[in-house]
Amino acid sequence: MVRSQKMRIYLDHNATTPVDAAVVDTVSDVLSNCYGNASSVHTFGQSAKALLDDARRAVAALVDAQSSEIVFTGGGTESDNLAIRGAAGRIKPSGRRHLITSTIEHEAVLNTIKDLTQHDWTATYLPVGATGVVNPSDLEAAISEQTALVSIMHANNEIGTLQPISELASIAHAYGALFHTDAVQTAGKHPISVSELNVDLLSISGHKFNGPKGVGALWIKRGTRLTSSLTGGRQERNRRAGTENVAGISGLGIAAKIALNKLDHDTSRLGQLRDRLEAEILCNVPGTEVNGTGQRVTNTSNISFLGIEAEALLIALDLEGIAVSTGSACSSGTLEPSHVLRAMGFSPQRAQSSIRFSLGLGNTDEQITHVIRSLPPIVSKLRQLSGHQTALRVS
Amino acid sequence: MRIVVAMSGGVDSSVAAALLAGDGNDVIGLSMQLYDQENGQHKFGSCCTLDDLTDARRVATQLGIPHYIVNFEQQFEEHVVAPFVDEYINARTPIPCVQCNSDLKFSRLLDRALGLNADYVATGHYARVVKLAMDDGSHIYQLYRAVDRNKDQSYFLFSLTQEQLSRACFPLGELSKDAVRTHARHYGLSVVANKPDSHEICFVPDGQYATFVEQRSPKVGTPGNIVNQLGQTIGEHGGVHRFTVGQRKGLGLSSEHPLYVTTLDAQSNTVTVGPRDALEETRLTASNVNWIVKPPRQGAHLSAQIRHRHPIAPCRVWADDNELQVEFDQPQQAIAPGQAVVVYENDLVLGGGWIQ
Repeated sequence: MVRSQKMRIYLDHNATTPVDAAVVDTVSDVLSNCYGNASSVHTFGQSAKALLDDARRAVAALVDAQSSEIVFTGGGTESDNLAIRGAAGRIKPSGRRHLITSTIEHEAVLNTIKDLTQHDWTATYLPVGATGVVNPSDLEAAISEQTALVSIMHANNEIGTLQPISELASIAHAYGALFHTDAVQTAGKHPISVSELNVDLLSISGHKFNGPKGVGALWIKRGTRLTSSLTGGRQERNRRAGTENVAGISGLGIAAKIALNKLDHDTSRLGQLRDRLEAEILCNVPGTEVNGTGQRVTNTSNISFLGIEAEALLIALDLEGIAVSTGSACSSGTLEPSHVLRAMGFSPQRAQSSIRFSLGLGNTDEQITHVIRSLPPIVSKLRQLSGHQTALRVS
Repeated sequence: MRIVVAMSGGVDSSVAAALLAGDGNDVIGLSMQLYDQENGQHKFGSCCTLDDLTDARRVATQLGIPHYIVNFEQQFEEHVVAPFVDEYINARTPIPCVQCNSDLKFSRLLDRALGLNADYVATGHYARVVKLAMDDGSHIYQLYRAVDRNKDQSYFLFSLTQEQLSRACFPLGELSKDAVRTHARHYGLSVVANKPDSHEICFVPDGQYATFVEQRSPKVGTPGNIVNQLGQTIGEHGGVHRFTVGQRKGLGLSSEHPLYVTTLDAQSNTVTVGPRDALEETRLTASNVNWIVKPPRQGAHLSAQIRHRHPIAPCRVWADDNELQVEFDQPQQAIAPGQAVVVYENDLVLGGGWIQ
């Protein structure tokens, strides 16, 4: 028995993206034909090494950096870990023991910092208001000569708000602290220049911009020194031990090249689609509100459907072939109230009624029309039932 | 027909899903996450663990049906776990499965199902629902025991209302457990075909009720007296929540004849014990009564069951307002407050209430 094939509309690109056909070809080709170990001296190794060099140039170009500053990792989470743990480990002897981040970071950052606070470190979590944006004056108030590292994401994964990175980084630097940004939700879909952002460390994940999963990069500003979290061989200039995932890295490189070429066009097209989706939902579905009013990446829209549990709406939409998401998934795949929306000051009810639509290259105008048409009856059915429950229950 | 199947990851609900899908229904599997499974720990008991959810997903994949896990942690805590703990603290012996059926599966989960335009919620319960057409064109729904008497679970379903039963589907009601396992093998559901039955209360690890209650409510466990039928103190106990009516083991008493717990009193923090025949009673009162169709006539001669797997016994019943009086023809052993008494007319479940 095979599940029936119906039209499926994928609106969960902040979770992951479809892999570009050219990336698939590259990965497959490298796996088949270029299996050398990039550390080997012979021709097999040299070909592999050359592929790494190409990919490094492409990824560097994506963020307007030097290729020698790119370290390949096993994905965004590892990049965040390497940046934060690596910086903390290097700075520790100086006596600085304070870290600053925000309450709306991805778990990869939040839980890494939480772990460090159990080992001699202290941390300050900067708040965000209902806008979903960190206020630089809060960083001013929190930072001191004790601060080793500030880590603030470039764009939030759940609501898409862009953070004032260059301004925040200037404050950090004025106090001699390093600045890391998790750019997993912007790399490949929003223009990035590391020098304009004025950061020291920047995390990238391949599968968020049509590359393969399990491969990412950390941009490390020249001169910034980190301790390595993995012990082993001397790959990646001694910063990331382990035989390189040559095929995955090549795929990442191709994805970066493709993304950079089309960046301006795609960004504005997705922005138009997103704005239309958002405007028509607000207009056609009563009791809806957009979460995150600051400037946003163009592909993301987070909307509360008041009086409805997002989990129920997500399942109903999926049965209609529309894939969206809410909050962050836990181990079994169920949903917790979003820490991001809670941090913005929204009630648990509102947080639990919120759906994230995140668009990508494959989405079309017709698909958005279909979503806008599908939503109102589903929402009104679910609203009807939320009043139904009390009637059903035995006294 | 669109049917949501509550899939626990066990053999029964898996076969229920397989049978309904095999009949050409549009089946959607929903599994309830009922308690915090952070860190993948098996903090709780024997059912609905992360492994069970994984099994449910594997079965759904194999059957080619959509499957989702729904998070009912908060509702489970509120409607099932917290009342369970309170009952033990109040020296009663709860059966949380009833609330799980009426307040979760046929309430929260049913709402989810209706929201997905489903017509029914199916479970792996061994019981039967029969729809009867009335003269005025309306319908009534009757609940019957399962054909497999040994597996019958109608006792746990007595609190369902007409509206809930009108949406209930029990595909295993006519089948024996052996037949269910045969179906599981027939459908190639090797993941679940040989899984053992769960008998314990799912959220209590290793059947350690007292430990569970103590962890949840640290203030329990005030030592008190164990008294005999004459009211003489003959020992001490470590908290009334550790006992249930009819219990013989764990009293820490030495006596010529075996002693059983006959009553528990939370107010005076006393455990009363007596010989086996002191457990016998012929009358009971139940409250929070639910009649599935209508109350029986006063003094009707029917039969009733005072706990799961207890032999059913002939009795007369009087129902008024929200109370139920039962007088058994023969004395019953260990009627425990907190358990349900369920009234039957042959295989038909008339309803029941909570023993006081």
